[in-house]
Amino acid sequence: MTDRERQKRRSNARLAGRLLLMAAGSFAFGYALVPLYDVFCEVTGIGSRDRLTQAAVVEAFGPDVSRTVVVEFVSSTPGTGDWEFHPNVASMEVHPGQLYETTFHARNLTGREIIGQAVPSVSPARAARYFQKTECFCFTPQHFETDEVKDMPVRFIVGRDLPTGVDRLTLSYSFFDSGRFARQGAADNG
Amino acid sequence: MAHHEHAAEHAHHDEKPAGIMRWLTTTNHKDIGTMYLVFSLAMFLIGGLMALVIRAELFQPGLQFVDPGFFNQMTTMHALVMVFGAVMPATVGLANWMIPMQIGAPDMALPRMNLFSFWLLFFAFMLLLSTLFLPGGAPAAGWTLYPPLVLQTGDAFPVAVFAVHLMGASSIMGSINVIVTIMNMRAPGMTLLKMPLFSWSWLITAYLLIAVMPVLAGGVTMLLTDHFFATSFFNPAGGGDPVLFQHIFWFFGHPEVYIMILPAFGIVSEIVQTFSRKPIFGYEAMVYAIASIAFLSFIVWAHHMFTVGMPLAGQMFFTLSTMLIAIPTGVKVFNWTATLWRGSISFEPPMLFAIAFLFLFTIGGFSGLMLAIAPADFQYHDTYFVVAHFHYVLVPGAVFAIMAAVYYWLPKWTGHMYDMKLANIHFWMSTIFVNVLFFPQHFLGLAGMPRRIPDYATQFSDWNMVSSIGAFGFGLSQLLFVYIILKAAKGGAKATAGVWEHPADFPAGLEWTVPSPAPYHTFETAPEVK
Repeated sequence: MTDRERQKRRSNARLAGRLLLMAAGSFAFGYALVPLYDVFCEVTGIGSRDRLTQAAVVEAFGPDVSRTVVVEFVSSTPGTGDWEFHPNVASMEVHPGQLYETTFHARNLTGREIIGQAVPSVSPARAARYFQKTECFCFTPQHFETDEVKDMPVRFIVGRDLPTGVDRLTLSYSFFDSGRFARQGAADNG
Repeated sequence: MAHHEHAAEHAHHDEKPAGIMRWLTTTNHKDIGTMYLVFSLAMFLIGGLMALVIRAELFQPGLQFVDPGFFNQMTTMHALVMVFGAVMPATVGLANWMIPMQIGAPDMALPRMNLFSFWLLFFAFMLLLSTLFLPGGAPAAGWTLYPPLVLQTGDAFPVAVFAVHLMGASSIMGSINVIVTIMNMRAPGMTLLKMPLFSWSWLITAYLLIAVMPVLAGGVTMLLTDHFFATSFFNPAGGGDPVLFQHIFWFFGHPEVYIMILPAFGIVSEIVQTFSRKPIFGYEAMVYAIASIAFLSFIVWAHHMFTVGMPLAGQMFFTLSTMLIAIPTGVKVFNWTATLWRGSISFEPPMLFAIAFLFLFTIGGFSGLMLAIAPADFQYHDTYFVVAHFHYVLVPGAVFAIMAAVYYWLPKWTGHMYDMKLANIHFWMSTIFVNVLFFPQHFLGLAGMPRRIPDYATQFSDWNMVSSIGAFGFGLSQLLFVYIILKAAKGGAKATAGVWEHPADFPAGLEWTVPSPAPYHTFETAPEVK
């Protein structure tokens, strides 16, 4: 092997190594997309994990009685087996700035003990950041005995600065069996 | 040129193991190129059979031949086989054969890795195809593998994920090889901006592959751990979000469609100039256009998912960035047309396919622009219009370009001219039937027929029947393609070194300076490029 060939081989190996590193970087970037996605949702206001899963601190400004907004409640139980899960009232008329409470009814018909987790979602997306929950059964995992029935409360305020075009909000909960997850928490709706 | 002394010299280098061992152990770029191309042709036929199962079922409304579960396996496997098994390996095969010969290199830079990447791909597809026989059947959630649906796959799930890993690793190694070859092995005087456009298109494609294949690998790994190890990347019960998978998938998926079409652009550029007998119009613009398309492909992915519910600003960004791609693509179509202008054109089979590509790929591009418009996309999303769009860019786009490449370089590979008359018949049958097959799918989609369903409302019957007739016509025409290749491999009129006419004022590229068939070893002494 001549010197020239040896040198060529070495430079081939060096470039191949760099490209392999680039591929490894791309693989890491794929995983980096997971936290980046949360950051993106937060910044654009599509949905923030904190806002949807932690109690909001609300300044008291008093209700804006000149505006009435309809809040609708929706529920679903994707792939959780046999459950009763529905809002006790289908919708409420609320004034922005005032605290309200409603309850969701749940009954475990699966025939076993379950830890459930409700995941909230608010639409339209642009109004999501103005819908604040001071207390919610979705903040913590819910334990259910076999056949146990619960009425679970949620307390919320629609912010006074809700964009004027919005007169109807939908709060939806999906109820999941979260028993197999060590990490407890809820998703955003991004 | 250097090929004279080298023709004499190559004779002692031709010793290679005989029979099967030659193909198992070869590190010769031409042998590996041939293996990729044969593999791709086999996958094209298998994927085509799956398409025919789909079109047979859709010939009439109602359920005729297969149950809906198997139908979904067919749509999923057809896509995976065609994308990863037929189109991509075909362009890799062409790269292996032609890039060293176009840039005056003796072989690929990393020949053993080259062999390894072929066999990885081979085993990836043996695994993937074996899922058809596993309990629960093959993956049936579409090639996009969206969770949570894909998590319902039976025993095939981990096998399919592993197959995706292997084919990703294979593509990455193939790409590294192409880049190192082009960067380090060019003949003296072969500057980057003298390089033939096919090699250029592959250089950029290789970078795209390295950037996005690992992202797909990461995405499917997350699916795997969600399924078996109770992570919750995509499971809301544990704090994940299924929409995240769509972002990851399409961050890979959109560059992936350019990975399939950029080499086709390179091929068409080479063929249009040869058969117009003048150099390509705007060579540098063509290079920059490919690079711009590659760059833009990274910032448009969410146009595949307008309906997930994204803010208005997002919809506007992805609509506009997608439409921007029409500019470099327009430059390419314009330059191809300008190359034809006042050219001394002849219509040999490669040129026929290249011209059909020009027309039909442009149609596919236009329907892509329609889909790019977010408010319109809400109606087209997940309908047959989308199916019609991407089949127009992939079949009379990428696949026609690959067929054009085969007809262009086959005499160089085999040393024989193929049967021109049969090739012309193959061209006309393919071109007519491909339109009968896919054009009506635009109408079906606009009328509201959803994709990936085994049955449909009776109002869609007529155009589905037409489309299915086109499918069987197109499928049968491809048997002719196989026959033409086999016939040329066996024998035929001797091909000259130049094969095609190369006028004095537009000299041939390096690959046409070596004899046909190309000797086992070429350019062991680097040619001097002026």
